[in-house]
Amino acid sequence: MIKKRSYFKTRTLAYFLILPQILITLTFFYWPAAQGLLSSFQLSDPFGLHTRFVWFDNYISLFKDPLYLKSIVTTLVFSSSVAAVSICCGLFLATMANRALRMTTVTRTLLIWPYAIAPAISGVLWLFLLHPSYGVVAIALENWFGLDWDPLLESSHAMVLIVLASSWKNISYNFVFFLAGLQAVPHSLIEAAAMDGASPFRRFWTITFPLLSPTMFFVTVMTIIFSFFESFGIIHTVTQGGPGGSTNILVYKVYQDGFIGLNLGSSSAQSVVLMSLIILITVLQFKYVERKVQYTG
Amino acid sequence: MMVEKTPALDTFTYGALIFGIALVGFPIFYAIIAATLPIEEVSRVPMPLIPGDQLFHNIREAWSRGDLGTQLFNSFIMASGITFGKIIVSLFGAFSIVYFDYRLRTFVFATVFCTLMLPVEVRILPTYEMAANLFGPLQGVWDALGLNGLVSWFAGHDIQVKLEFSLLDSYAGLILPLTASATCTFLFRQFFLTIPEELCEAAKMDGASPMTFFWRILLPLSKTNIAALVVIEFVYGWNQYLWPLLITTDSKMTTAVIGLKHLLPSPEDPPDWHIAMAGALIVVLPPVLVVLFMQRWFVKGLVEREK
Repeated sequence: MIKKRSYFKTRTLAYFLILPQILITLTFFYWPAAQGLLSSFQLSDPFGLHTRFVWFDNYISLFKDPLYLKSIVTTLVFSSSVAAVSICCGLFLATMANRALRMTTVTRTLLIWPYAIAPAISGVLWLFLLHPSYGVVAIALENWFGLDWDPLLESSHAMVLIVLASSWKNISYNFVFFLAGLQAVPHSLIEAAAMDGASPFRRFWTITFPLLSPTMFFVTVMTIIFSFFESFGIIHTVTQGGPGGSTNILVYKVYQDGFIGLNLGSSSAQSVVLMSLIILITVLQFKYVERKVQYTG
Repeated sequence: MMVEKTPALDTFTYGALIFGIALVGFPIFYAIIAATLPIEEVSRVPMPLIPGDQLFHNIREAWSRGDLGTQLFNSFIMASGITFGKIIVSLFGAFSIVYFDYRLRTFVFATVFCTLMLPVEVRILPTYEMAANLFGPLQGVWDALGLNGLVSWFAGHDIQVKLEFSLLDSYAGLILPLTASATCTFLFRQFFLTIPEELCEAAKMDGASPMTFFWRILLPLSKTNIAALVVIEFVYGWNQYLWPLLITTDSKMTTAVIGLKHLLPSPEDPPDWHIAMAGALIVVLPPVLVVLFMQRWFVKGLVEREK
């Protein structure tokens, strides 16, 4: 690992400085993770009095459980919709803000603040907008399209509600990154293409967009992580996984089965599945970042 | 950037921007309007889009009904505790990793770095158990060593020692588990690596101790990085949901973001959406203000964290 040429020789102080970090990570990260891994191989009664080692039984019954399979599909639909909506909107707004030279800072201020709003509160705001009896959007849908809108009873409507609430919160994050990425595109490239007669649209798709691909990759990964994990607050305040399990995404199911239902084995197995998933995503991300470094350097 | 004159496209650009800003702002605009209306107006279909004069009344009502004073205080303690704790712990950690040489250095760094892959969402139950009894793992050691027998022999009668130290329903429980941060440590490490070697050499030549070097040179140089992280971590701490939900059962210890759920009208209640929206506005105000006023550092911090 890289280190300084000139460094201090006192070892005791060095260990002392790193100690708080190590203590916290061991106590609240590694020990619980190990415990979770262990109990995913065990079967125990709800009171935790008897435990039995059952190898992969929890995992096998998990992947045979139609509710779990449904939850996987729900999570995939949810996170890909959130990614599509928030990335398209974020990229579009950033491109526009980057063109409107005189307004860039003002636009950023006006678009940045949803980042500060907690997912749970974003859920509350959208629930009110889309509320079947009081929400203005629900009323508009009913009057203009004759659609009987009810996210509290209708599965697909509930999904639309949580997708909108999550995407809305994420647009500003994606916007900030796309704008930074766009501002880093060398001006000379754009000018050269313009002199060769390329239209603004052509310049965007053949120059800017390919140069944005690292940003695009990073933003996609972050949006997926957000929709997998941090959307918990939205689900918990707005739908509680309902109606009929239609918004029961994986992270909410872990909480429900483990913390509410006290089904330790199954909940731990689900946690381990999620853990493997995030390890995979992180490893992929670092692989890609390394490749990016090789290209440029 | 404008290279040639494209009036039609420019009009479209500004039009789209204004439309986009209006669309993104609409949910909060709608909430502000609702928060100013009396109940007859807010439950009218469709709700009028002209503000009323009940804002202060609704805020007062939300404040007392949701016990927002206590909850905002809790949120504030939690958010600042997490911010301060994370930054101090990461600064010391990065200082140790960059400016010292010891055998476990790489291993320690890897240990901290891998916590990126263990968000609280994937270890809900065991982390809760850990917080419920911090000495749980030690109990196993105690029992395995047969220390109960030793203590009983020493005391002369039968004693069962139970090691227990719970973090449930406490500020320490809300804050401590969230103060380890791979991203902050990594950011400070990257920054320290860019600091010229000569600074440390000069300090050493002048006989400065490591801690003097840290407080007098490293800390002042890290000011902008710290400011950026203050914004990001304050918002992160304020908006925490799952962890406070698990660890607090006492309503006196709930945070504002979680408590807001109780202001939502259920189907049986009168549709008090104006109260719910007034409450929502109060709860989002502190982090939104922090982000808006410290926008420059915030954007810098966000974008740097990517690297």
